[in-house]
Order: sequence, then C-alpha cells, then structure tokens
Amino acid sequence: MLNIIRTSLRTGRVTVPYPEQSETGACRGRPHIDPDRCDGSSTCAEVCPSGAIAVTRTASGARRWQLDLARCVFCGLCEEACPLGAIRMSADFELATRSRDDLIVGVTHVPRDTSDAREENPPAVAVGSATSAGREDLAASGNYLGSRIRSLLKRSLHIRHMAAGSDNSCDWEIAHLLNPVYDVQRFGIDFVASPRHADLLLVTGAVTRHLEPALRATYAAMPFPRLVVAVGDEACGGGVLQGSYAVAGSVDRCLPVDVYIPGDPPRPQAIIQGLLIALDRLEPKMKRVELRVDA
Amino acid sequence: MIVVEEVRNELFAGLRHAVGEAALRRESGREVSITVPVDRLADACAFVKGNLAAPLATMVGLDDREQAGVFRLVYVFSVDGKWVSVETEIDPARPRFPSATPRVPAAHWYEREVQDMLGLIPDGHPDPRRLVLHDDWPEGVYPLRKDFDPTVPVPRVDGPRHRFHHLHGEGIVEIPVGPIHAGVIEPGHFRFAAVGEVVLHLETRLFYTHRGIEKLAEGKRFDRVLQIAERVCGACSLSHAVAYCQAVEAIAGVVVPPRAAALRSFFLELERLYNHVGDLGNICAGVGFAVGTSQGGRLKEEIQRLNERLTGHRFLRGVCRVGGVRRDLDAVHLRDAAQTLQKVEAEFRRFVDLLLATDSLMDRMIGTGAVPFEAARDLGAVGVAARASGLDRDARRDHPYAGYDQLHINVPVRTEGDVRARAQVRMDESFASFALASEVLRSLPSGPLFTEVGDLPPYRIGIGVTESPRGENVHWVRTGPAGSIDRYRIRSASYCNWPIVALAVPGNMVPDFPLINKSFELCYSCLDR
Ligand code: SF4
Repeated sequence: MLNIIRTSLRTGRVTVPYPEQSETGACRGRPHIDPDRCDGSSTCAEVCPSGAIAVTRTASGARRWQLDLARCVFCGLCEEACPLGAIRMSADFELATRSRDDLIVGVTHVPRDTSDAREENPPAVAVGSATSAGREDLAASGNYLGSRIRSLLKRSLHIRHMAAGSDNSCDWEIAHLLNPVYDVQRFGIDFVASPRHADLLLVTGAVTRHLEPALRATYAAMPFPRLVVAVGDEACGGGVLQGSYAVAGSVDRCLPVDVYIPGDPPRPQAIIQGLLIALDRLEPKMKRVELRVDA
Repeated sequence: MIVVEEVRNELFAGLRHAVGEAALRRESGREVSITVPVDRLADACAFVKGNLAAPLATMVGLDDREQAGVFRLVYVFSVDGKWVSVETEIDPARPRFPSATPRVPAAHWYEREVQDMLGLIPDGHPDPRRLVLHDDWPEGVYPLRKDFDPTVPVPRVDGPRHRFHHLHGEGIVEIPVGPIHAGVIEPGHFRFAAVGEVVLHLETRLFYTHRGIEKLAEGKRFDRVLQIAERVCGACSLSHAVAYCQAVEAIAGVVVPPRAAALRSFFLELERLYNHVGDLGNICAGVGFAVGTSQGGRLKEEIQRLNERLTGHRFLRGVCRVGGVRRDLDAVHLRDAAQTLQKVEAEFRRFVDLLLATDSLMDRMIGTGAVPFEAARDLGAVGVAARASGLDRDARRDHPYAGYDQLHINVPVRTEGDVRARAQVRMDESFASFALASEVLRSLPSGPLFTEVGDLPPYRIGIGVTESPRGENVHWVRTGPAGSIDRYRIRSASYCNWPIVALAVPGNMVPDFPLINKSFELCYSCLDR
C-alpha cells in the first residue's frame, strides 16, 4: 500500500493542459496547399491513397483542385510527389467541424481570358444520404434543436463509444482519453456502458456490413437528445477502405453526424477538441476554403 | 539446428513415401514448394507438420481459373527459417478438398475461411460453419473469386442463423455478450456456458470488423497497397507494413540498405514497447487495479509521444516504404530517443516492481487462464501466448528480418501458460526491447534510406514475416501484371491466438474473462481484415 502511495506521489501531475494551452505538436497534420505554386495538375491526386484529392474541370473549363480532409489519411505522399512544392504537411491537427463541407479546400484555376469570372459556385460535397434524411426526421419530430441540446449537455456529457469497423487506432486514442494524461473526466465527460445512458455516440470506422445493424440499433437505443460524432478518416470519409464490398464508407451514410473529427487517427487532443465543439464549448477552426488563382 | 540440405532431403524422401512420386517440387531462395494431388493433400500436410515439427504459418486460397483453370490451395509451413509450401489444385467442377484439420488442427480457421471466401468445401472438417461472413450474406457469393464484382452491392438475405454449440444440463446458463461491449474496445460476440460462476464453454463469433481488405488490394499497384497494409491494424501498423514490404521486396529481389534495416528494427521495437507497456496497464484494468492502469497508460503515452516526435505519427504510420524507410533520424532525434527510452525504462522498472509486489494482483493472475503446452502447439499459438506456454518461437530469431540478424535476440519463455506467465513474458520482453532499441541507436549504420524498386515480375510469390507485439504476422503476396497485386493474404498473430483464448477460459470464473482476454491482448481488426 505504501508502495502504491509512493508511486502516485512520485509521479505527480501528468495531465496536459489542453485546450487551455495550445499545442504545437510534431505530428503530421493537415496538408496545406500553396495556390500560387499549384498548377492544378494531378500528380498528387494520382498518389493519394484515399481519393482525398481530385482534379476536375468546372463547367466553364477551369481546372479545379480539391482536397477533402474528411478522406485524407495524412500520409504525406502528396507532399513528396508534388514537383512544384505546392503541398506542405503541417502540424495542424485541430480539424473537427460540424459540417462535412467545412473540410473542403478548393483551388480553382481561372483562365485569364475568362476574366469576367462568371464561375459557378463550387460544388457542395456529397454527403452520405443519412445526414439530410436523418435531420429532417428529427426536425419534424420537434426533437432536434441543436443548440438547446448542447446547452443542456454542456457540463455533463455521457458517451457511448462504438467501433463500427475501425482499424483500432482511433479506439486506442479514445481509450487514451481516460488515462491521466488526457483525463477527459475533468471536462465532465465520461464513457458509459449502455447506449440508453448516453448523450453522444462516438463512432469509429468506415461502418462494416457486419456492424451496420448494430450501429443503427445502438443509435436507436439512445434517448433524445442525442449527438453523433465521427472519429477518424474512415468514419468521416471512408479512408483507404472506400470501394470495399464490406463497408458502407462513412458514418454519415448510416446516421446523421453532428461533428466530424478527421485524423488517421486523430490525436487525443483532436478528439477532445471535437467533443468540446460538439458541446459548443469550442468553436471549430476549420471553414471551407475556396481559392481562385489566375491560370 | 537442422541443416537446410538435410531438411530438404528428408522432406522429399518422406514425402515420396507419404504421397508417392506425384509430388512436384520447386525451389527458390528461402522457399520450397511441392504440389500434390488433392486427395493426398492432408497426408502431405500431416507429414510436414508431424515429421518436421513445422508449424503452419499460413494458408492461402487462390482463384486461378482464368490462367490455369483451377483453384489453388497453398499451405505454408515454417521449417527452420525456410518456408515449405504444400500446394494443390482443385477442379472448379468439383470445388472440394479433404480437410487437413483433423491431422493439422491449426488449419481449422483457414479452411473455414476458404469455404466462405472462395466456395471451396473442406470435406471432413470437424466444424464447417461460416467464419468470416455472417448470416445475412447470400449463399453462393464468394468475394475472393476473381469474378466477384465489388462494385455491385451484395444484398442482405435472411439466411440461416449461426449455430452456436449449446450445453444442456441442470444449472447451466448461457451468457451472451457483445458484439458491442461495455468498454472502449472492439466488437466481437462471446457466449459463455456457465454453472454458477464457472465457465464450462466459451464460443466466439468474430469477424464483425471484416473490411474486405484482401479483395481491396487486388489489382492495385504495390506501393498503393502499402497504405492499406499499414491500416490493417492500428496498434501493429508498422509490423504489418514491414511484413508487406518484405514480401514485395522478396519478389522484387531488392535488398534493404543497412541503415533502413536497422531503423525498421528500431521502430519495430518502439512498437513492441508501447504495446507491451500499455498492455501491462490493461491487465491491471482487468482486475480493477487503478494505479497500475494509470501508470501503464502514462508510460505508454511517453513512448507514443516519442513516436510522434521521431516520425510524425503516434502509431508509426508512414515510416516504412517498399525498399526501405521514409523517415530518418537526425542527431536531435537520436538524443531525444536515447534520453526518453532511458527515462521510461527506469520508470517501467519501478512499475514492474510495483506490480510484482502487489499481492492482490498476483493472486488474481496466478493459475488463471492457463493454456497447456500441447494446446498452444497444436493450434499454432504465436507471440506472447506461445512463449508463456513453453513454445519457444520468435520470428525475429527464427526468420531474421530487418536488422535483427545483426542483433542478439533474447527470447524469454515460461511454461505455466497462465495470465501471470503472459504478463511476465511481456515484462521480460520489454526489458529486452529497451536493450535492443538502444543497441540499434548506438550502432546505426550510415547510408541510403531505401533501394529503388523497379518493375515487379508478374505472378511471383513473396512471403513477409514480422514478430509484432502480438506475435508473428505472415503476409503472403502474389503479384499480378504491371506492378499490381494479384492476391494478398494477411495472417495476423490474432488469427492464430483467438481460438486459444476460447480454450483458456473454461474452468475459470466469468469475471476473470476480461483479465484472461487482456492477458492475450488480441486484436479484432487485423483478425477480421
Ligand atoms: S496526405 Fe492526404 S491528401 Fe495527401 S496524399 Fe495523403 S491522403 Fe491524400
């Protein structure tokens, strides 16, 4: 017993002061595009393992480069491949958003001669069908009042975690939230065993065929009001698993998602940020970016 | 140690005797392969396993109907640092084969999987139920056949329910648990048949996180497949990435430069360390010893932060590339690594002393979840679970790879086979890993980080093996045209050890299951793929 007390005393306090103090990690975070260097060629799109980068033509013939951070697996291959040095991997990991759309970075190369720039609006990102359908349902039943839910839950949030087909890295990071270094209980956040006690469903993985019924059943068992947070690139956009016969692709194809936390996996701090965003205690840093450059 | 030449002679003489002259042989590098007629398959496997005491390393089913008009099965055994493959061809008009399981029990899951994924029926298999695919998957649809189109959604059908084995008798209750569990863990279904508190029988229904990864790899370029291999598992990302790279490098005939080989070993030891240290903490969670859990979690965190500082990734993704590594360590990194590891090792030593001195913890661990040597051997246990039950196997020593041929590998083995033995093996291995990691750091060779991999020859086979924190991972790769991958079979350590968990539990109390389970520390995602 003495030994145990001595161990604890010697260890002292180890909790990281996040988000009170910002962190500059050495992690491989968000890729940044330098629009002035980018020529809209598709070298990066060819190496990207998750289809996060797409180069398309707009209706008026302009070339459009687009990065979808929900799909990005933060591998850095695009940075290595770009001959112009237009992509730089950064340490930005605070990428959680409330909308899938805010994870889009677009660069449109407007040809100089079409200077009237009658460019159509950039396309909205295709989100899994559940988002809108689910929302309408809920709105219709009068139960969905996002801000009210969040103000209700603000000080105490009970989470049910569900691994819906992940590679377990996200799940390990979620488990780490409970260790003394991240200690989410200090925010009034805790994990519960039953979905019936949960306010928030924290889902990882690209939703496998074998788990989709269990995911829906878990969600159905939760009382109102309830929130859904997708953790990791596979849950947000399918990651490298897109196109497999055995996965749905992303959580928002099955359930309405309130907050997306991209990352492969997101670091524990990134998950904390996402949870605090879900509770309106932090505002997302990401906003959809649309850049235009002269080609 | 048997001389390779002798193995070969004995093998062929014995095989001729066992299966007749019909056995064809092919040899290349570290691989020997023999083809036998399908009706002699079980004899040949039993011979290799029995006479050479060779564990089954993996088994692969292939759809070669297009090229050769046949299905093919390859049983790969590990014989003294070499791979011996027993192959057979199956006529598509009669897609059946005699099961080797009654004589090579370790083949039981592979044969069930081949039945699910390729529609090849193992005649005489003692338990021919579905394994990977679940009840609502339609009959007659086989995802690993080449004519299966993954873009066409497979409908859900109201198929026959999985038949669990039931025990009947007075006072026997059945306790179903999962697939969704109370804690932050992965999904799987367990069914306990218990009398009072004592478990009589445990059945598992797994493969909930089956993601179709092997199919996903087919037709993709080899470097693209690495990104998938890295994501087979989170906690063993690097072991899987290195195993895959080694398989492809064997096909390409590429030798990894010395610095890259040493760096691979270094990072692989970091992977072992953060897992083992964290797992010891999790074992404490299995008995509610909170101080141990917190200390384990904290030390694991220190190593994962080091991972991030050195490589940009807490799970070491992006370290490996085919032909070498993508990340180097500069002087600042080397100093940081040496200092951090020294500090963590000292704290880990105190942590271990604390665990060993805590009687309430030891009391729960000793004698709990014991796996006898024979069961571990016959079912092909790997990793910590094998070494805790007296099986002396470690791929780092038995199939040297990366920089391990330059290092002295100390393989701790215990014989009790219980939770305490598995914890002790982890502790001993962690100390050995700290030593290995610093040995590599001190003697890091200079030179290039990778060898360029040119064109891959088509339809060639490569096998890569790594000793992950959970045990041996075997990746079997066959190339297709133009640098693509034609077939990719991932056999993770968990694939071998899950059936052993089911054997370890009967006779113990239901509340000891989390403890026993955590002492194996298996993973679902690399099992299910
Ligand atoms: S870092 Fe992201 S965008 Fe770049 S190649 Fe990797 S997955 Fe694609």
